[in-house]
Amino acid sequence: MTGKTIITIKGVKEGLVFLLDDQCDFVELLDELSAKLDKHVQQFNGPIVHIFIKLGARQLNEEDKERIKAIFRKQGNLLIQSIESDPPEVDPDAKEVPQLHTMIGMVRSGQTVEYDGHMLLIGDVNPGGTIRCSGDVYVLGALRGSVHAGTQGNEEAIIAASLMRPTQLRIADVISRPPDEWTSAEPWMEYAFLREGKMAIDKLTSLGRQRKEVMLFKGV
Amino acid sequence: MGEAIVVTSGKGGVGKTTTSANLGTALAMLGQKVCMVDTDIGLRNLDVVMGLENRIVYDLIDVAEGRCRVNQALIKDKRFDELYMLPAAQTKDKNDISPEQVRQIIESLKPDFDYIIIDCPAGIEQGFRNAIAGASQAIVVTTPENAAVRDADRVIGLLEKSNFPSPKLVINRIRPGLVRSGDMLEVDDICQVLAIDLIGIVPDDESVIKAAHSGEPTVMNVNSRAAIAYRNIARRILGETVPLAHLDEKSGMFSKVKKFLGMG
Repeated sequence: MTGKTIITIKGVKEGLVFLLDDQCDFVELLDELSAKLDKHVQQFNGPIVHIFIKLGARQLNEEDKERIKAIFRKQGNLLIQSIESDPPEVDPDAKEVPQLHTMIGMVRSGQTVEYDGHMLLIGDVNPGGTIRCSGDVYVLGALRGSVHAGTQGNEEAIIAASLMRPTQLRIADVISRPPDEWTSAEPWMEYAFLREGKMAIDKLTSLGRQRKEVMLFKGV
Repeated sequence: MGEAIVVTSGKGGVGKTTTSANLGTALAMLGQKVCMVDTDIGLRNLDVVMGLENRIVYDLIDVAEGRCRVNQALIKDKRFDELYMLPAAQTKDKNDISPEQVRQIIESLKPDFDYIIIDCPAGIEQGFRNAIAGASQAIVVTTPENAAVRDADRVIGLLEKSNFPSPKLVINRIRPGLVRSGDMLEVDDICQVLAIDLIGIVPDDESVIKAAHSGEPTVMNVNSRAAIAYRNIARRILGETVPLAHLDEKSGMFSKVKKFLGMG
């Protein structure tokens, strides 16, 4: 961390603001803080000074906050007013890679399962049962009921099943009723997706052709 | 302590009452002390099917509301000494009794009987909740029709939620001829969808209709194939291992021979 100051002290009307670097190691930060306070010990010797600590993006638990306070306490006249972190940033990547939720059991007639993210069901969806997910739906079992993937309007969402015999499939706003629109009597695993705004069915092994961006395994 | 078994289906008309009456009678025939409880308040049928309608003095609601003791309301069967039934009320409705009241009545019956067969009304509302309240085991009746299987699935879901770990399945009114020609659901397909243990398959049999008409449970008819099926279910409830009868092959052979002789 040479060349880059990890602690910046600013004087404001109310007192002193300590801007602590949020990238460096926490222990390093504490050492630097002690060193800095010891070095300027004269400066901090005098009337009570109010201290405002800004941690940047670093999130600390109570224990670590206490360690910072302890360092300041060594100097008699420094009174900590606040220790603040920036509100946790919404990670833009997190939205693109939703959580995969795994569920074991059967979704029977009259039962509805909703999840915000991708869903892996190990079990069957029976006629009259429903799964609704903002992401993809993978059914490791027989899909005989209805599934709505991409409920928030994600047209890239897919619905995959070991045995594809659904009552109704929905992806985003597209509703499809087999067997009126398509039939599936294939023994292999299949998935439903939107091709130019229309529901299409393909073998699951073809998914790699459609999902280029997702961790595609190309062999070694 | 006896075991309380609720017979339910969701859909109406699939044979809950017939199954209750026949299982109760079959268990009594096998030497068990049995009490059948009709919880279909307002639409009681079990007493009619058993031919005991004219013996009713008190009913389930009378017991619940304290107008009589449980023993006073029990009707002893005219054929078996060890078979009793507790009839439903015909004038009230399902909301006039609570699940807790039913549970207490069933509990009070348990010490005196080996098996308590509870006949559940159709539907999944209060009547259903009343019927399952006192039971520890459930038999789900379905017929080989899509609508009945859907409703059975719904009921199985509700039973699982109410801590019935493994309901048992009875598939009623199978017509082997229609199954063979692909016009009726197959037993295997139903079991695959419902994914619970099959405890019996009962063929569609005219003797069941005749029996209900005369108020004599089918199971007493030695020639009826449905009767054999019900007796087998009763034996399975008692823990015996009885293989499922191959309806298809047997009836196939019989009907072919019959047709050949000009009887079919």
